[in-house]
Amino acid sequence: MTENQTILTPEKEYVTLNLGPTHPATHGIFQNILKMDGEIIVSTEPTIGYIHRAFEKLAEHRPYNQIAPITDRMNYCSAPINNMGWHMTVEKLIGCEVPKRAQYMRVIIMELARIADHIICDSVIGVDTGALSGFLYIFQEREHIYEIFEEVCGARLTTNTGRIGGMERDFSPKAWEKLEYFVKHFPEKLHEFESLLLRNRIFMDRTINVGPISAERALAYGFTGPNLRAAGVDYDVRVMNPYSGYEDFQFDIPVGTNGDTYDRFMVRLEEMKQSLSIIKQAMKNMPDGPIHADVPAFYLPPKEEVYSKMEALIYQFKIVMGEMDVPKGEVYHAVEGGNGELGFYLVSDGGRTPFRLHLRRPCFIYYQAYPEMIQGAMLSDAILTMSSMNVIAGELDA
Amino acid sequence: MKLADIEIPWMEAVVDKLRQRFDTAILSVEQAYDFPNIVIAKQSLMDVLDFLKNDPDMGFTFLTTLCGMHMPEQKGQEFGMVYQLHNLPKNRRLRLKIFMPEGDLNVPTATTLWPTANWMERQEYDFFGFNFVGHPDLRRILNMDEMNYHPMRKQYPLEDLGKHDKDDAKFGR
Repeated sequence: MTENQTILTPEKEYVTLNLGPTHPATHGIFQNILKMDGEIIVSTEPTIGYIHRAFEKLAEHRPYNQIAPITDRMNYCSAPINNMGWHMTVEKLIGCEVPKRAQYMRVIIMELARIADHIICDSVIGVDTGALSGFLYIFQEREHIYEIFEEVCGARLTTNTGRIGGMERDFSPKAWEKLEYFVKHFPEKLHEFESLLLRNRIFMDRTINVGPISAERALAYGFTGPNLRAAGVDYDVRVMNPYSGYEDFQFDIPVGTNGDTYDRFMVRLEEMKQSLSIIKQAMKNMPDGPIHADVPAFYLPPKEEVYSKMEALIYQFKIVMGEMDVPKGEVYHAVEGGNGELGFYLVSDGGRTPFRLHLRRPCFIYYQAYPEMIQGAMLSDAILTMSSMNVIAGELDA
Repeated sequence: MKLADIEIPWMEAVVDKLRQRFDTAILSVEQAYDFPNIVIAKQSLMDVLDFLKNDPDMGFTFLTTLCGMHMPEQKGQEFGMVYQLHNLPKNRRLRLKIFMPEGDLNVPTATTLWPTANWMERQEYDFFGFNFVGHPDLRRILNMDEMNYHPMRKQYPLEDLGKHDKDDAKFGR
């Protein structure tokens, strides 16, 4: 008897399937033109740019403090990380040291944002395998995080929080109260969520060995963040190039082994726990002191001083009109965003706007591996792989 | 501590090795905050990238990002490309730059060394018009295919030319 030969489908019998641009399963606006052999994906042609808003060009025409709201709109699931990344880039350029209290406040805000980002990704992986209930439970916690943001800065999604030189205001007593409530109750809710999926036979069958990528390929494709760590590389900007006082905190970097969807899920799950531990440490060791550096040329003076002091009025006017004296130079600053290394390459010629701002958007860089990751997979696995990569259209297209 | 005073202990050794190997192709070296900035001649770009990536002592195996620049005032060197490499195990980062005149925007592609350069280069082609020689799929990526100019070049204004409400003159600048 001869062995069973694989029967190749003639190419003319392949089916072309348009997945997107607006497909409910892709959680964003991406188009993928799939070439299908039955239910197996033969090749993929991604098209991106549907919500391109020219951030790099916009940034060349805006004063430094007005660029922060642009950064909100990149990874809108964890906007505060983008805001802080931008503020820190400018602080690096002007050589400004932020007081410890402001740094710790930033850490709390950023870690909350990371938890919110990972909640979305992990619960959506569940939804795409058909488990809607976990998503419904855990999204209440995301709501609590957004309530804290609301208390801290007045906004929920596009926060525009922090300022060049520090934070815009101290946490209110109400914000502390909400933060404490969150820290107390989140572990229990997270446990509830993970117990629905972690050892769930259907979930494991759907995710293990789905959309895997090896560490070598992941590095060659410029992966960073949870997706790289799921492949087994322990690269985390928070540890390698600590910023904003991250060197003071004790936390682990979870890594996976296979780089598949289950590993990506698990890495994010564990990172949420680590983030929570960082928040607890920051709350416990929160130093007293000012919430912003003494950089009057960049940091808006308090309103009562603007009305009573000449100098404050001048600075207020200059900042609002975008007349800040920024030194010439070029800096690159990276933060660990929800999806990986979010880098700002800023070139200043001493003018009122950046000469060039290049944004290293982790999503944009790793999404190009998507065709390779889903080649030979089923259509339903392709959806799952995309949601486990946490591709955010805003960050992808900038 | 001023960040500008940061010392990069390994910078000298790496630069020495590059100079030994490539001699005149290394045009200038300076430190910009916590990064070494190395300007090299365009024709030796691929050799330098290859050396930095594959030499065991260098080990800059991770391409963090690459981006284009347009500096219309810099005559004869209007366009530039910036590559940022990262040696992950040793945590060393460096920045390579090449400059070229407006008439010759051919740049060898880095996709042969890093597949991740594919979309990055498509983006820079889209916005600046660099021609990455040898790129497998050089098409626009974020803008629409019908666009007939490269919008990040400095001569193109942000908004349409009919608008004057944000002119600097109106704000005493």
